[in-house]
Amino acid sequence: MMDAVPAIPPFERFYVEQSDVVLGFLRKRLPRDAAEDAFQETFLRALRAYDRLEHGEHLRAWVLTIAARIAIDTGRRTRPTAHELPELPVVDGRPAYAEIEHLAGALPPTERAAVVLRYAYDLAYDDIATALGSSPEAARQAASSGIRRLRSKGGTP
Amino acid sequence: MTVTTELDQRFRDAAAAEGLLDVGFDVVDSPIGPLLVAATGRGLCRVWFRPDPEQQLDSLARTFGPRVLRSHATVEDAERQLDEYFDGRRESFELDVDLRATAPFARQVLGELALVPYGQTTTYGTLAARVGAPRAARAVGTVMNRNPIPIVLPCHRVVGANGSLTGYAGGLDLKERLLRLEGAML
Repeated sequence: MMDAVPAIPPFERFYVEQSDVVLGFLRKRLPRDAAEDAFQETFLRALRAYDRLEHGEHLRAWVLTIAARIAIDTGRRTRPTAHELPELPVVDGRPAYAEIEHLAGALPPTERAAVVLRYAYDLAYDDIATALGSSPEAARQAASSGIRRLRSKGGTP
Repeated sequence: MTVTTELDQRFRDAAAAEGLLDVGFDVVDSPIGPLLVAATGRGLCRVWFRPDPEQQLDSLARTFGPRVLRSHATVEDAERQLDEYFDGRRESFELDVDLRATAPFARQVLGELALVPYGQTTTYGTLAARVGAPRAARAVGTVMNRNPIPIVLPCHRVVGANGSLTGYAGGLDLKERLLRLEGAML
């Protein structure tokens, strides 16, 4: 028998449950003011997409993926010397994380979240474990079995 | 890391200002105890006498959509008008209401109910006759019992044919208290 997929909670409950984790996650990556701006943007983006969710599974991983993307974009924008650095070559015009998210799309949810958070957003296994509600070791195993599955399908992550 | 009240407020205000909510709600104080008041973009949609967010938020999400967020800005106007009503400074509410989740018959009855003036009472039978269903007094009673927006839609002004208070979702004491506040003859 399969476990029932959790229903989508009212946004208020989701926000109350995830807000401290999201802020902690952003504060590790950004200065205070930027982290607070990113916090607001993360939940506004989540809210915009919320009525299109199909189920309430892995909501923490989902919102941390949004937060990670915003942290990366904010980091790029606010790094003071960025305009003095040479542009890195971008092969097909898409940032690496978009590519990995695309490739991982067909994986089972936990492996997909672990692969995307590890390889697209460069999160440590401790953070991924927080996102998945598992142990760091389980997060590492999910990421590596996801990668194995992608390789066996001929993907090239 | 704990989110400060200020940051929390900033997000809630931005969410409401951008029009991203299916429903905004808040628990407001009143002389008859806390009320959970909820509104959509179309207007006030629920008033609950005994706030129980755990269960009531689920109900709001099922009825109006999952983007349910506590947002004082959304219900500020309703709260102010309720305050004025309880102070005896307001006799009618100037608020849009959202009854889209209510069945057509009930909506028709609630529309007639809204016309019953402050300080006066009517009966279930009279209300039934007004919607062209004179024998549906009992069905009107059920509509009153399930009124999603009590106080604002004044089901406390509806009494039995013999003048007895009959029933009230908030309790008969409260019904009597509201009628006395309005100076209705009991």
